[in-house]
Amino acid sequence: MIEEKHILSILVDNEPGVLSRIAGLFSGRGFNIESLCVAETLDPQVSRVTLVTNGNPPIIEQIEKQLNKLINVIKVHDLTGKEYVKREMALIKVVAKSEHRAEILRTVDIFRCKVVDVSSEHYTIEVTGDEEKMKAILNLLKPMGIKEIARTGMIALFRNSK
Amino acid sequence: MKLTGAQIMMKVLKEEGVDTIFGYPGGAVIDIYDELEKTDIRHILVRQEACAVHAADGYARAGSRVGVCLVTSGPGATNTVSGIASAYMDSIPVVIFTGQVPTHLIGNDAFQEVDTVGITRPCTKHNYLVKRTEDLARIIKEGFMIAKSGRPGPVLIDIPKNVGATAVDYKPVKKVNLKSYNPTYSPNVKQLHKVVELIKNANKPMIFAGGGVILSGAAKELTELARKTQVPVTTSLMGLGGFPGTDPLWLGMIGMHGTYRANMCSGECDLLIGIGVRFDDRVTGKTDVFAANAKIVHIDIDPTSIRKNIPVTAPVVGDCKITLAKLNQLLNKEDLGDLKKKRKKWFDQIQRWVAKQPLAYKQENIIKPQYVVEMLYKMTKGKAIITTEVGQNQMWAAQYYHFDKPNHFITSGGLGCMGFGLPAAIGAQLACPDKLVVDVAGDGSIQMNIQEMTTAVQCGLPIKIVILNNGYLGMVRQWQQLFFNKCYAATCLDCAPDFVKLAEAYGAEGLRATKPEDVETVLKKGLASKNTVIMDFQVDREECVYPMVPAGAPVTEMLLV
Repeated sequence: MIEEKHILSILVDNEPGVLSRIAGLFSGRGFNIESLCVAETLDPQVSRVTLVTNGNPPIIEQIEKQLNKLINVIKVHDLTGKEYVKREMALIKVVAKSEHRAEILRTVDIFRCKVVDVSSEHYTIEVTGDEEKMKAILNLLKPMGIKEIARTGMIALFRNSK
Repeated sequence: MKLTGAQIMMKVLKEEGVDTIFGYPGGAVIDIYDELEKTDIRHILVRQEACAVHAADGYARAGSRVGVCLVTSGPGATNTVSGIASAYMDSIPVVIFTGQVPTHLIGNDAFQEVDTVGITRPCTKHNYLVKRTEDLARIIKEGFMIAKSGRPGPVLIDIPKNVGATAVDYKPVKKVNLKSYNPTYSPNVKQLHKVVELIKNANKPMIFAGGGVILSGAAKELTELARKTQVPVTTSLMGLGGFPGTDPLWLGMIGMHGTYRANMCSGECDLLIGIGVRFDDRVTGKTDVFAANAKIVHIDIDPTSIRKNIPVTAPVVGDCKITLAKLNQLLNKEDLGDLKKKRKKWFDQIQRWVAKQPLAYKQENIIKPQYVVEMLYKMTKGKAIITTEVGQNQMWAAQYYHFDKPNHFITSGGLGCMGFGLPAAIGAQLACPDKLVVDVAGDGSIQMNIQEMTTAVQCGLPIKIVILNNGYLGMVRQWQQLFFNKCYAATCLDCAPDFVKLAEAYGAEGLRATKPEDVETVLKKGLASKNTVIMDFQVDREECVYPMVPAGAPVTEMLLV
């Protein structure tokens, strides 16, 4: 069976230890976590976990069921195959030699990114987008020399309200 | 009204109908013990904390209620882990209260501090660290509700010392409201209609029932279903007693040490109805060929059990009792035709399997362990509550004691936790004071928690311990004999205590049988006694449990006597 990437949007009680229950479930049962994002929702008692995992259909079914079984999990949505928007943000610290500066700024402009910090040796660029955009800009910036990178992991929402 | 955490705890325990707590005191729970002493709740002092959980487990199973334990922080809590894991694997409702260091010391590596909630997270249904006394009543209420509802399981509540000691305004908690917890009890009717069709169209059906039938109290409904549809029944180890072991439709247990006929049926059947089971590897053997010719119905309250191990034709999420009752109702409206005639070929085939390979042993001039269990069955008329340790003793008890009623076979099925039987027998005897409770043990596993003899004697419990003494860790030795060239690495227990003297040292009675003709006399004397009794049966040292399906092989490929 084919392994597929799935984006799970999980509403959980905003309580200490909940993330550990989810992480423990994945490690204990040998499931994968590709990326994970957690933050409070509008309701301060509820957090949203956006988790990217992969597996074949029976594994994904088990993951969803096992998550639902956790007392602190309120709702699990699998966004994959549905209408949704997804975004990731990255901060990229790129080496900015004088001969590259103009080109970097052009790239930033084309990709509609922002330079959020400048020093004599580097620019820090804020990029938001999906995986393809991330991949594309990283490929373009790599030749200039990327010093450091921080990525948030994927967040996603259904297009229609659920 | 101002009450301390400990006082609140007692109030809620009374509300929950708790009459017995198994525990072991310590610094972090001293406030709680002080309050407990003022109530009429009976406290049973075990001699090691895992046994508090095992005893509560036995109490819960024999008495169909929630078992309760109370232990201290640090080592008290870590010792409970085996007991909790066993209760978790077998879905037994137990609430475990652990003491914790005061909240201001948490995370400081304080004396007798461990991250109890962290350690027990993967082996509890849910657990709590109570940070404020104000939350205590609600959490205890939630804990009991979670432990006993849906697929039951252990819930641990970790109470820091100051939370138990602090006084707050107490407001009784009337209702528990957990927005994210809502088990499905009632099955989907469409799915049930599908099941009815499958049953009607099946020529070689079988029922495979498990612990879920016992837990939901569905034995009656299961028996009705089987008789109505004339479908033969097997159960897992956990399901023994869920269907009468003396019924003509009974196939015996399935799995690694299941009967020849039950295992052959699974390979041959065209419909397998799984009820309250989780298709454990000890049942299925090689999963891709398990019930390969069958459509599979799977009824279980836990959606994660379904399609976890094997693909299913008709999944039904629901409580076994409710689901079977509804299924029986639907079947009552159907014309099932002459089932006896329709099933004749199938039953003839089963009879041929029975004739070819019945459960059997030969009693010669050394005591056979099977003979001891068989005699025990005869002399107790099948009415005793049997607890077991783990290994050969457990399998022989399962094979040769024919359970007619649920809640009479109490064993550590999923975890296979040696040392379970004696404390579980203590719990079972306390839940059912008028019943005869027998722990079928091996000489290896009885030594894992032998200290609980003191508990039994102190409480005046007339538990009977039947040791099938072969001087080996028998099940591992059996594997070594069959698969490791008889290299008995670390399994020979030739330096054993004298169990008769040991019993006497604990203030119990000790009896011994060395010859087959002693077996009946010793059992007669032991069972008639009003004391705690150890009966030491010196059995054939190298007897094996058969049939046996080697691990990972198809269940239809058994090693036979």
